[in-house]
Amino acid sequence: MSSSTSQRFTVDTVETAAATPDTEQPFTALGVKDDEYARIREILGRRPTSCELAMYSVMWSEHCSYKSSRVHLRQFGEKAPETDFLLVGPGENAGVVDVGGDLAVTFKIESHNHPSYVEPYQGAATGVGGIVRDILTMGARPIAVLDPLRFGPADAHDTHRVLPGVVGGIGGYGNSLGLPNIGGEIVFDPCYAGNPLVNALAVGVLRKSEIKLAQAHGSGNHVVLFGARTGGDGIGGASVLASATFDDGKPSKRPSVQVGDPFMEKVLIECCLEIFAEDLVVGIQDLGAAGLSCATTELAAAGLQTKGVGGMDVQLDLAPLRDASLAPEEILMSESQERMMAVVAPATLPRFREICEKWDVTATVIGAVTDTGRLRMTWHGANIVDVDPRTLAHQGPVYERPYHRPAWQDALQADTPDRLARPKTGDELRETVLRMVASPNLADKTWVVEQYDHRVRGNTVLAHGEDSGMLRLDEASGLGIALATDGNGRYTKLDPYHGAQLALAEAYRNVAATGARPLAVTDCLNFGSPEDPEVMWQFAEATRGLADGCLILGTPVTGGNVSFYNQTGESAIHPTPIVGVLGVIDDVTRRTRCAFAAEGETLLLLGETRDEFGGSEWAHVEHAHLGGLPPRVDLERERLLAEILIAGSRDGLLSAAHDLSDGGLIQAVVESALRGGHGVRLVLPEGLDSFVALFSESAGRAVVAVPRGEEQRFTELCGARGLPCARIGVVDGDAVEVEGEFAIPLTELRAAHTGTFPGLFGQ
Amino acid sequence: MAARIGVVTFPGTQDDQDALRAVARAGAQPVPLWHRDPALHAVDAVILPGGFSYGDYLRAGAIARFSPVMQAVIAGAADGLPVLGICNGFQVLCESHLLPGALLRNGGMHFVNRDVKLRVESAATRWTAHYEPGQEIVIPIKNVDGRYTAAERTLDELEAEGRVVARYLQNPNGSARDIAGIANAQGNVVGLMPHPEHAIDELTGPYPGPATDGLPFFTSILKQLVDA
Amino acid sequence: MARVVVDVMLKPEILDAQGQAVQRALPRLGFDGVVGVRQGKRFEVELDGPADEAALERVRAMAETLLANTVIEEFTVKAEV
Repeated sequence: MSSSTSQRFTVDTVETAAATPDTEQPFTALGVKDDEYARIREILGRRPTSCELAMYSVMWSEHCSYKSSRVHLRQFGEKAPETDFLLVGPGENAGVVDVGGDLAVTFKIESHNHPSYVEPYQGAATGVGGIVRDILTMGARPIAVLDPLRFGPADAHDTHRVLPGVVGGIGGYGNSLGLPNIGGEIVFDPCYAGNPLVNALAVGVLRKSEIKLAQAHGSGNHVVLFGARTGGDGIGGASVLASATFDDGKPSKRPSVQVGDPFMEKVLIECCLEIFAEDLVVGIQDLGAAGLSCATTELAAAGLQTKGVGGMDVQLDLAPLRDASLAPEEILMSESQERMMAVVAPATLPRFREICEKWDVTATVIGAVTDTGRLRMTWHGANIVDVDPRTLAHQGPVYERPYHRPAWQDALQADTPDRLARPKTGDELRETVLRMVASPNLADKTWVVEQYDHRVRGNTVLAHGEDSGMLRLDEASGLGIALATDGNGRYTKLDPYHGAQLALAEAYRNVAATGARPLAVTDCLNFGSPEDPEVMWQFAEATRGLADGCLILGTPVTGGNVSFYNQTGESAIHPTPIVGVLGVIDDVTRRTRCAFAAEGETLLLLGETRDEFGGSEWAHVEHAHLGGLPPRVDLERERLLAEILIAGSRDGLLSAAHDLSDGGLIQAVVESALRGGHGVRLVLPEGLDSFVALFSESAGRAVVAVPRGEEQRFTELCGARGLPCARIGVVDGDAVEVEGEFAIPLTELRAAHTGTFPGLFGQ
Repeated sequence: MAARIGVVTFPGTQDDQDALRAVARAGAQPVPLWHRDPALHAVDAVILPGGFSYGDYLRAGAIARFSPVMQAVIAGAADGLPVLGICNGFQVLCESHLLPGALLRNGGMHFVNRDVKLRVESAATRWTAHYEPGQEIVIPIKNVDGRYTAAERTLDELEAEGRVVARYLQNPNGSARDIAGIANAQGNVVGLMPHPEHAIDELTGPYPGPATDGLPFFTSILKQLVDA
Repeated sequence: MARVVVDVMLKPEILDAQGQAVQRALPRLGFDGVVGVRQGKRFEVELDGPADEAALERVRAMAETLLANTVIEEFTVKAEV
């Protein structure tokens, strides 16, 4: 069978390639540029074999090589704040941070945007699967996921195809892995029609001593492929998905869909964790984008890089196949899910196999580590690949893409929301509140998050509806972590530098609001085409803003992902950097919820409120307007606010805290009142227009509920540190009342707030 | 010596750690059991926890039923071994014919994770003795195949014999007669769709609460084992 | 080599939520005149020998034991030619 299979292909060998320099190769169709092809020939000293060309095409794609973004991403390292807790920084599968004791946490966010548009369920599902394998590869047990999502208009026909599929896929895969889903966001905007953003963040925990790296060293060690068999999933996906827009009309560019098997992944996770616990691998890598091409080259290249000696021989025909008709080029490019590659010493291989058998996981030795410095592959004895793996993994092209500030940027910023009609009377304000809390971006998301399991593993302290997700890591000490993701495309469109900082500030504030100390950052940078100088300017500004912001806040970027080409034709999405912030809390029993849960408590507004409506939810919902400047950023103020919120939580001064962002003060108050089931009476500060007080989106603010007995202590704490703190009301009754303006019963607010999603997407 | 309560892990089981924690919280000794191991390791009771055993690919619980450990559980149940099947465990018990009926796709088709109110209908089982009959409790559900169904005659029998253990106050999935859990005739085998092991702790239980209404499932069995 | 097909359907009296969901969706897509949809499973069982009566009996046993839950489902077995 196998010999007849091999005869079906005319195998392009290394020897043939050397002897036939003039053979024309379809490099353009694979997305390889003329100069890149010339460089490949220069590196090899001959033309590449068809398998080598396949590998270069995927490894040098935007998706794998970060060729357009790399020059900008460098800032995250160059401007990184000095810290003593970063154990593994950017470049590995995920960053690792020390969270105290002997525990470390690894976390990372990734995009699966285009696949989720093509096949929402499987695209979103395999997005979860991929990021979870990245976390696993670091040697960690995955313990939670978060999913920041962006869709086209909530009432658009296509959104009703995409959203239920995406939500079903995230739940279907994540729930079956036994991973709690503890946060994320859902935002609708016309700019995402045709380009939904499906980002997934995963977090894992490990002992500091057990960090695993993706390295192949030790000549004679086995290269083991284990997990699912290789099929024709997403062949060429890695480069094609990330480099093609959907309107270019080339069916060949349409990615074939990858299908996930969460049961296999669950078994693979438990199998890997047992293998890690017995320290049976030298190095490990998951198979994600670019599949076997990526795993073999990255393992071999990292081994060479760190030890100075290495190499790998692979017998590609030994890879177990789901589809026996696959050609070697296709096997190398396949993105079949739920596969891992390990480097295992001969002495530990029998035990490695035993554990795989326990979990019914297929494990196959397909090669060996060498000291040749080369990555060599054979197919039924024929030499099909012979390259220096570093040329694939590390020496890809680096582009200094041209960029310039868009000509329309000034006009956009000049078109301020000042001209928009504002509600004036109490009745107008009341009606505006009811419309706002029911608008899709601000409405209750229970319809979605009920489809996710947030409880499994029994350590979820906070999840959806709170400012950040929080997990207990250690039952004895109460040590825990908090995670929040945020990103505002409208703000970033108005001002990419400050928009990115506002995303960082909001995630940072959300983590602090629950009582955790923000520690580190992961980011998913979702942009249009880097070949458009205006998009590239947005990207350059946003990365610069984020790097500067992380330096000020002392939170290093530990890793992340860039997603380009999120556009349809000439129109790109709003630049949407999604920022995930990880925080640590010494004792999770001290966490602060956002619910107003006790009558009689005092409400305090922390921070300053200015007349800031550029890019606001109000301008979006009520006027479909986007213009002006986003709220002012003051990261020192954010730092101070965070310190106060953390101290208040630690010292038991706060019974509730909720950050102020989209929709302003009134949105936060309504959410906290509904969650706690208690009304509030608000007395707005003197000298501030009611509309501005209620709907402004000024950054650096939070609303807190303080027990009567602690009010003085807390306000003195704010006063001593110079944080503006105003008494704005009391938790009382069963309505949200703004003195002198309006009162809305909680039942009416709840109906408006919770009715939107079931109304849009069915019961 | 503390009572030993086994918790079975099938490939694809998710809530085994939670069930083990609940057992320990109740004061019993948790004993992990593996699907391929036919030995019950001298446990005094067995919990089949939630999850998606074998991916639930054929039908929820259908393949787990044939695992070596289930042969021992089925034999033990006939001799009076207390068995609690939670969610996927309930599905396994139905597939094993230790309990009548079956669990089908939720009426709303989606996975639903929600805190629900239940009424404990029977305190006469080994697992519910610490509740008052008629007591209303809050326990989370999280499943996609949670709609209990059985022939009308079987449902009548369950009702007549007092074997409906718990009922939903607001039916979340279309279960026949609002049934959330049932028992066998002897009262030693109980299947429950909601997850009591996720309601044992103020920190992680249902919010705004009550957060610990699930604990009596685990203390009930412990008390009975200690008394026995 | 022979192939035997096992079709498993929910019993008519059992509510088929998935089938109903499909039925509700069809008119929205402009497919009128559909009065019922039921969803089932089809298994293709590949045998190493012929699909004779003995083999079919064995497949029926498989269906009875594993492929169908006869509490809620019924099945048919037929050899494919």
